Parts: sequence; structure tokens; C-alpha cells
Amino acid sequence: MTDPSSTAAPALTRDDVAHLAHLARLELTDTELDLYLDQLTVILDSVAAVTEVAAADIVPTTHAVPLTNVSRADVLRPGLSRDAALAGAPAAEDGQFRVPQILGEEQ
Amino acid sequence: MSSATPTLADYDHAIETFDPVLGLEVHVELGTATKMFCGCSTAFGAPPNTQVCPVCLALPGAMPVVNATAVEYAVRIGLALHCSIASWCRFARKNYFYPDMPKNFQTSQYDEPIAVNGYLDVQVDGETVRVEIERAHMEEDTGKSTHVGGLTGRIHGAEYSLLDYNRAGVPLVEIVTKPITGTKASAPAVARAYVAALRDLLLSLEVSDVRMDQGSLRCDANVSLTPAGNPVFGTRTETKNVNSLRSVERAVRHEICRQAAVLEAGGRIVQETRHFDESTGTTSPGRSKETAEDYRYFPEPDLVPLAPAPEWVEGIRASLPELPWLRRARLQQEWGLSDLEMRDLVAADAVGLVEATVDAGAPADQARSWWSAYLGQQANSRGVSLAELPITPQQVARVVALVAAGTLSAKLARQVVDGVLAGEGDPDEVVAARGLAVVSDDSALQQAVDQALAAAPDVADRIRSGRVQAVGAVVGAVMKATRGQADAARVRELVFSTLGVQA
Repeated sequence: MTDPSSTAAPALTRDDVAHLAHLARLELTDTELDLYLDQLTVILDSVAAVTEVAAADIVPTTHAVPLTNVSRADVLRPGLSRDAALAGAPAAEDGQFRVPQILGEEQ
Repeated sequence: MSSATPTLADYDHAIETFDPVLGLEVHVELGTATKMFCGCSTAFGAPPNTQVCPVCLALPGAMPVVNATAVEYAVRIGLALHCSIASWCRFARKNYFYPDMPKNFQTSQYDEPIAVNGYLDVQVDGETVRVEIERAHMEEDTGKSTHVGGLTGRIHGAEYSLLDYNRAGVPLVEIVTKPITGTKASAPAVARAYVAALRDLLLSLEVSDVRMDQGSLRCDANVSLTPAGNPVFGTRTETKNVNSLRSVERAVRHEICRQAAVLEAGGRIVQETRHFDESTGTTSPGRSKETAEDYRYFPEPDLVPLAPAPEWVEGIRASLPELPWLRRARLQQEWGLSDLEMRDLVAADAVGLVEATVDAGAPADQARSWWSAYLGQQANSRGVSLAELPITPQQVARVVALVAAGTLSAKLARQVVDGVLAGEGDPDEVVAARGLAVVSDDSALQQAVDQALAAAPDVADRIRSGRVQAVGAVVGAVMKATRGQADAARVRELVFSTLGVQA
């Protein structure tokens, strides 16, 4: 390894887990934070162990099958009717999905 | 900190004190028939949620499949911007919670964009400015949200929001520049010229309709200031919702003046998203970027990597059209037009029409004259564009040919064009149906000339005595008698030969 910082990943902290939980919009109790800190640490250590033996010449695996260039022709296909699309919506109005007030962020 | 009512520095002063640095992100909606990852229509303006399916609504178990044409368009764009095309790249998930994407992530590209490291040369006040391109990557558009309640239609004060997912999944290419430095006072003009050139380019590539008013082309403008002569970049703001060329220029100029005022007052620029208000030409703060930009990108497991074959990419490169500004320069030279004349043709969207008319056999000057003069008036009075007039370049070329052959006079030619515009068929059909051909039968013309001379013996005498300009009165009488269908030049010849005068 040419980069020493990549061999020893910094330890995961309880704050990291709380931050991840927030990003995933999960409300976790203190007990759960501790539980997931332990579990995530095990997972990260396991990945780090694999990283040690996977040299730079091994391409990271993101797909289980060695396929590329799977595509479809640009041809219209029938989708859902509006009623069918909205059938599972908790709330709808004027043919649209109705969602609660969006706070904090603006698009 | 930005205050509620920000003051603005004088522009010239701001430019003397600071160097603006720009970064422009342009999103272009591709003109494919279907969405990026499913077969739903991309047509604009359909009733809400009528162009949706399990994939773009993110229903459980739905799997995306890449639109091959969208990839081809992305490669076309990359090549036209002189980028390198990745030989292998992936899609990535950009995770965020917002109802405009029902999946809770946007499928995008992150560290492996399909195109990198290019440039676009743009003309600003007669000078060429090279804008370097960092990357062009593929992604999908989001749904459209409407905020209900409150006064302004903005999120603040809204009681709830309505979502239309017709746009969710429409293919996008995002084109990102490298920091544009050294533009000084022309920064706003450079920003505008870049977006205009990009729009031209994308239109000529036939990859998008580039309708800024419909959101097919959208620009986010990053602006920062650095003390004049100091190469360290300042904190940037990203102004969104800049959806016309004029707005791009105004937004950049406004941010330069606003940031200069904040910095000179000893404040600091907050890295944030700002909104451009078309009505006031000002920007206002949106969400703070410091907490918002944690998207936890990771490779998209539902899509396999793309590996564009080099020969496929080269085939696309070979099929790229002539760049629009090179084409315009070539045509201007071929047609012998001044800069102003060419600019008028461009402004009227007439270049392609004139070119097609020339290709159909008309001399360039006459093709240009028809489109810019008579047809321009007709388009104006109908409130349509030239291209929307119900006449083809081939039909215009035919009218020009009929005039050149002496079959039509200029006046008759306009009547023929009127007939074509009125839906009476091709020029030859209009000529036949309206009986518009010039009277070229000399015996008929001679009879009309004889009658005209007999009716005005004094004029005939004056012509005989050498006052040849008096012929105009006789020609006028003949034209009147033949209801304008005589060839005036031929009438003139006949008058002189009848009177035995050498013209």
C-alpha cells in the first residue's frame, strides 16, 4: 500500500452512527445507537480485512455478474393509468400525490 | 452573513476590487421518446401522473433498464464538447429524502461520468473565450412539486405539496464547467454566451429541444469572488432557477455586486443555494449547502456498467454535424453577407430555411430576400415563426425559378406565394389555378402595345423624338391592360421596336 491512511480506517464513533441515522431519517434510541455502533464496526472491520488482501489490481466488485451495456430501445411502453398510479397513495388531490408540508429544505 | 435586505456594490467598483470566478452547471433534458430507465413518454405538458409506471414511481420490485438512445445522446454531447468518453463507467445512487424522487434517491453518475475534460469556445464581444468542461454525466430528472397554501407558492408557509411524476426519470445530461477565471467585467456576458453557445450546440446535435421556458435547459450559476490578483478562490454561492439567457447574465451580475458588498463590509459569504427572482433580478438564500450535501453516493446495483465500444464512439464522432457557429461563418461567406445581415437571419431563425432554399436551386440573395422580407412580413402578421409558415424552401425556390424564367413578375410571384400560404398547392398549381403566368405571347402583347400607343399618340411622338423615358407611360398602360401579367422588359422592347427607336 502506498497510502498508509487507507490501511487503518478511523474507528466509527457513536456520533457517526447518529449522523447516519439522521441521514436515513431513522429515530434511534441510545441503546440502539450502541447496538448499531457495535454491528457496523464488525462490518467495517470485515471489509477492512478484505481490503488488506485485495491488491490494487483487483477491481472492486459492484455487480455479481460480469455484464455491461444492458439497454433497451427508445420505444414507448404503456405505463400505469393515473388511477392505478394513485391507488396506493396515502393521499391524492387533482390527480397528484399529496404529501405533508415539506420543512427545512427547499428544492 | 447575508442580511435580510442585502446592499449591492456598484458593479464597476466590485470588478476593480474583486475577480469573479464562475462555475456553470447546465442540465439538459434529452429529446428521447422515453425516460432514462423506463418506457414512459417524456412529452411535455401531459396531465399529471399520466406518464408513469412502476419503475419511475419506484414501486417495489421494479427494475430500471437504460435507454440506449439516451446514452448515445450523452456521448454525442461529450464528443461535441471535445471530452474524452469513458471506456467504462457506472451509474450511482444519490441519496436524499425529498418527495420529488419517489425512490428516495436519484440515479446519477458520480465519480465515473461518461464524458470528462472538454471545452467549448464561445464568442464574447468579438473575442474567443475558452470555457473548460469538467464533466458531462447522465442522470434522471425529478418530479414536479406544487406547494399549496401560503401566499407565494414557495415552500415556506405551504400547507402541503402535490407531486406530478411525469417528469421523474426524464433523461438528463448535466454539463459542468471547470472554474472560469480571468473574465473580469465580462463575467456575466461570458456566462450568457456560454449558455447560448451550449444551447446552439445541443440544438444542432438534435439531442434536445433546449426550450429554456419549458425547463429543457436549466442553468445553475456558481459565483465566487476573490480579491483582485489573488488566486485563492472565495466561498461560492449556487444560484438556481436561472431559466433564460438574460437571467443568467443578470443573476451573475447581481451575485457579484451582492458578494462584493458583503465582503467589503467585513462579512463572509455563506456557501448556499440561492434563488433567482425573475421579476426583481435579485437572488435570495435557499437551503444551506453545508448540511445538505451528504448524498452517500454508491454504485447503482440495479444497473450494470456501461462500456462504450471505441468503434461505436468513433462512429458517433464521425456523424457529428458541423458546429453551428462554423456553419454560420461558412454560410455567411458563401452568401456574401455582412455581419449585420447574417445576425438578422440568425435572429429570425432563417438560416436553415435560406440554406434549404439555396439547396433547392435558388440564388442565395433571392432566397435570403424572400425569407427576410416578404415571408418575414407574412410570419409577423400571422404571429408565427418563419418555419411555421405553410410554405417550404422548395416551394420558395420554385417561385424564384419561375421569376428567373420570366414566367412570373415580382408582383405575380408574391401572389403565387400568397396562394401557397393560403393552401392552394404548389407554386405551379397556384399559377395555373389563378391564371397568373406573365403574358409572354408576343402577338397578344403586341396587340396591347399597339392599342396603348394608339391611345396616346403624343407619348408615341415624344418617344420617337428621342425622349425614351416616356416609354414608362406606355409600359404602365400595357401592364394595366394585362392586369400585371406582362413581362415589363419585353413590353418595353416591343414599344421601341414598334416605333422604330433604338433604346
